[in-house]
Amino acid sequence: MIPAGFDYEVADSPAHALELLGSSADAKLLAGGHSLLPAMKLRVARPSLLVDIGRLAESSYVRDAGVQVAIGALTRHKDVRDAPLLREHCPIVSFTAGEIGDPQVRHRGTIGGSIAHGDPASDLPSVMLALDAELVVRGSEGERIVPAREFFTGVFQTAVGAGEMLVEIRVPKLGASTGWSYVKMTRRAQDWATVAVAAIVERSNGSIERAAIALTNMGGTTLRATAAEEAIASGTPIDEAAALIPEGTEPPSDYAASAEFRLHLAEVLGKRALAEALER
Amino acid sequence: MRHVALTVNGERHELDLEPRALLVYVLRERLGLVGTTVGCDTSACGACTVLVNGEAVKSCTMLGVQADEMEITTIEGLASNGDLHPVQQAFHDHHALQCGFCTPGMVLASVSLIESGEATSENAIRIGLEGNLCRCTGYHNIVKAVQAVAGVS
Repeated sequence: MIPAGFDYEVADSPAHALELLGSSADAKLLAGGHSLLPAMKLRVARPSLLVDIGRLAESSYVRDAGVQVAIGALTRHKDVRDAPLLREHCPIVSFTAGEIGDPQVRHRGTIGGSIAHGDPASDLPSVMLALDAELVVRGSEGERIVPAREFFTGVFQTAVGAGEMLVEIRVPKLGASTGWSYVKMTRRAQDWATVAVAAIVERSNGSIERAAIALTNMGGTTLRATAAEEAIASGTPIDEAAALIPEGTEPPSDYAASAEFRLHLAEVLGKRALAEALER
Repeated sequence: MRHVALTVNGERHELDLEPRALLVYVLRERLGLVGTTVGCDTSACGACTVLVNGEAVKSCTMLGVQADEMEITTIEGLASNGDLHPVQQAFHDHHALQCGFCTPGMVLASVSLIESGEATSENAIRIGLEGNLCRCTGYHNIVKAVQAVAGVS
């Protein structure tokens, strides 16, 4: 499978990337290429211009930003997984980056590319949503900060507008009373999630006081399990609250699972995620 | 066409490439290095794995132009002075290949895994090779070969 023809330019700075991006109506940014190139090989995507931002070394970093950790959009999954700052302060991000694809994918794929792709079956969007992360989007007018809750707008759709690029991801530092878990079920070892659940919990006296629960591949975007979160906040036991996790979702039926099975999985994996988050 | 310079197995090649040319086809068709095989062509099977700047990458999911000024190692570049690379030798010793189609990618993924220091146990090796499929299902001996080189039981 060979992509349709396209022009190719290499950006030498984020500003240059935006300038090139604006030069063609259907230009696309190329980072690691592990979402875009497969789509182009299938000719689902046929951009006329690829702007290669993969060489912008200054956009690959993990930095201490006070109450947050800031991650450059071009940081590869492998480097996110191995970043000591994330392992210490927000381990759900480094853990999940290590669960993406396989080593070869993690050597090329980037956190920004994965998030900006907006695939409801990919792992990092749910983690961003559960963390209430902030996504920094840059355009010709400057930068704006988009909360994760407003970022994922549809299947392969995000708040990143034409002529804009995601430049940084800001995640909160988690305190000692905060537990976390990301539990995923896949059909094959390196597959996309059939369903996965991200959980961030506030613990108090050995139980969960509040929880943020985000669901992968349970609809057109990553979703918060609001009904279950509210039940937990009002003191409902975890097992009962977990039964509410699928509420309001409309998961797809595809080769990997029926919608019915996904509804079942969301509850079971959610229960496991909450139990694990309580202990970790 | 875009002018690029790739260093493949230690040798520098200057090439004019169509941007859409995938690295695996540049290696196979422009440079004649047909040891790198194309299995699924969807970045699932890992047969096309090569080392890019020392790390395993699926060359069907990378453009040749993205490899400009990078160093690539294919299966043809692993042996030195006629001596097999230790991973190649271990695959031979442990009968870690059957039909051989996945072998170049499997060997290079193993080299990358061992050099990254992640081949720390049998389980770590199995997880570390999850991006490479063997349709003969000969995984057991592959894992044993990698264990032998990494020195883990």
